[in-house]
Amino acid sequence: MNPSKTALQIPAGPAVRVLRQRAIQAAAVVLLVSTACFAIVQSLPGDIAFRIAAGRYGYDHVTAASADAVRAELGLDRPAWQQLLDWLANLLTLDLGTSLVTGAGIAGELGLYLSSSVQLAAAALALALAAGVTVGVLAAARPGGVLDRMTTLWVSAARALPPFLLGLVLILFFSVHLGVLPAAGHGQASNIVLPAATLAVGLSGLFARVTRDTVVQIRQSEYVRFAATKGLGGRLVFLRHILRNTGVTLIAYIGVQLLILIEGVVVVESLFAWPGLGHALVHAIFWRDIPMIQATALALALLVVVLNTVVDLGSLALDPRPRSREAVL
Amino acid sequence: MTTSNSISEAALRQAPPPAPPRDPRQRHWLMTGTPAQRAAAGLLAVLVLFAVAGPLAWRDHAAQDLSRFLEAPNLAEPLGRDHVGRSVIARLAHATQLSLMMAVLCVATALLAGTLAGICAAWRGGWIDTALHGVSEAFIALPALLVVLMFSAIANGDLWTLYLGLALAQWVEYFRMVRARSGLVLAGPAVEAAGMLKLGPVHIMRRHLWPELRPLLTTMATFGIGSSILALSTLGFVGVGVRPPTPELGLMITEAFPYYHEAPWMSLAPVLVLTTILIGLLSLRRKETSP
Repeated sequence: MNPSKTALQIPAGPAVRVLRQRAIQAAAVVLLVSTACFAIVQSLPGDIAFRIAAGRYGYDHVTAASADAVRAELGLDRPAWQQLLDWLANLLTLDLGTSLVTGAGIAGELGLYLSSSVQLAAAALALALAAGVTVGVLAAARPGGVLDRMTTLWVSAARALPPFLLGLVLILFFSVHLGVLPAAGHGQASNIVLPAATLAVGLSGLFARVTRDTVVQIRQSEYVRFAATKGLGGRLVFLRHILRNTGVTLIAYIGVQLLILIEGVVVVESLFAWPGLGHALVHAIFWRDIPMIQATALALALLVVVLNTVVDLGSLALDPRPRSREAVL
Repeated sequence: MTTSNSISEAALRQAPPPAPPRDPRQRHWLMTGTPAQRAAAGLLAVLVLFAVAGPLAWRDHAAQDLSRFLEAPNLAEPLGRDHVGRSVIARLAHATQLSLMMAVLCVATALLAGTLAGICAAWRGGWIDTALHGVSEAFIALPALLVVLMFSAIANGDLWTLYLGLALAQWVEYFRMVRARSGLVLAGPAVEAAGMLKLGPVHIMRRHLWPELRPLLTTMATFGIGSSILALSTLGFVGVGVRPPTPELGLMITEAFPYYHEAPWMSLAPVLVLTTILIGLLSLRRKETSP
């Protein structure tokens, strides 16, 4: 092993395979989500044109004439399959259409939602990883110790307190009783603290657990003992051998937890009025804003695929050993 | 929420540890379980009793009496009255019943569909396997909440659409687990021998596949019930789930929250029921041995 080769490199062959698999998955997701959305929206009860007109002009100003105008303008009177093909064709040309409610272009709004969702998810993930890995490494120093048992309790508590309840508890404590953090809104740096913390609490316990188990396992491995035997310092052994090998397990585990994170983002955004994809999706469902439902649902689903791809490539970089055909989770 | 218990396929591909032979005279694990497990089972039993008998004891959950606005708890009304003077205990009982029933139904449906599809894919292979696996690839990348949310857009919180959405969001986990495990078992020497002895598919299912899958399926179903209850209450909380006036735990929390200062018991009751169910389900699992 040449010491200068410790830099992270992604092996080309497996990387291409990962990207190909994920691209196919992305295409399948797009097809599934858009068709499902459309089928669902077609089976809606009531007259969609009336609802849209109500959304535009207010409930008191809706007449049959205004609903007819909306219907003609949006082409809601054509057969369903034509509208679906239309929509898929538009999607291929990256035209997401306009919101049925606000009449604004969706692509522009979507960029805004996406950036704030990614911001929130990244902040939560960073917070959870920092807390989880630190606690996990410390707990691994004394398996069965106080910190170790606290971690187990933490994991169970986080599982029993779903994100929306946890968010409520945090709002009550920090905003209502202490008044130190804003409960809702967007724009100031302090706004992200509570939603990100809500998401991070659940994830950090799980990360701590996985880190602790892996570190305990790796500490007993032969290569760590050999590294210590040949006289490497404790810090070097920890960084070069223990932490890197823990990273392999942890990154694979993050891939599994991504779905929980994205689901949490949807819930937490609605709770804290954080203007992201989840918030927009819930509102679009409420107003039956078809293009918006499709765009936000697609963005969320593709976000999962993209993040999973990053995780795959990351684990390849950390652990370039050839492996048998990996399952795409 | 739902995928928290998905088992990575790499782990599934390793040969399973040999199961200890079951002694038919072995006592049920509830008798031999840890105190925590027995306590959890007791808690859940109490809640199930509340869900079954409660709606019979307090029939009317929709009768409003505005003169009894936010009435404090008393003997006749153990949890007082809510902001429009409805009996909170009646609403709680009906909500618990709804949550548990929906969760059990959804998990049963998802488990049955996923298991059948998984065994089908592993057994037949070929294009059926390819098609089912392709569909599951798309589903596995979709957050379950997204599927349920889109379904909840169909009808204004109609129960059957929520049920379909929840079941559809969960089948894929069972499918992937069963497919991976069955592939291992079916390729093994025991099944090969059974095939040579012409023992037929029923025997293989009963004697080889089922004992292998049962413990995993039970664990997954326990988690699945918890996550279904959570998903339902989350939807209610966000406002796109069950429609009022139907009582539902998440919806009750949302409705009660503005009156938190005047009537804290109103918000705490549904929260307590929800967390008790989740803790009970979580502690039912046997302690896994940590490495």
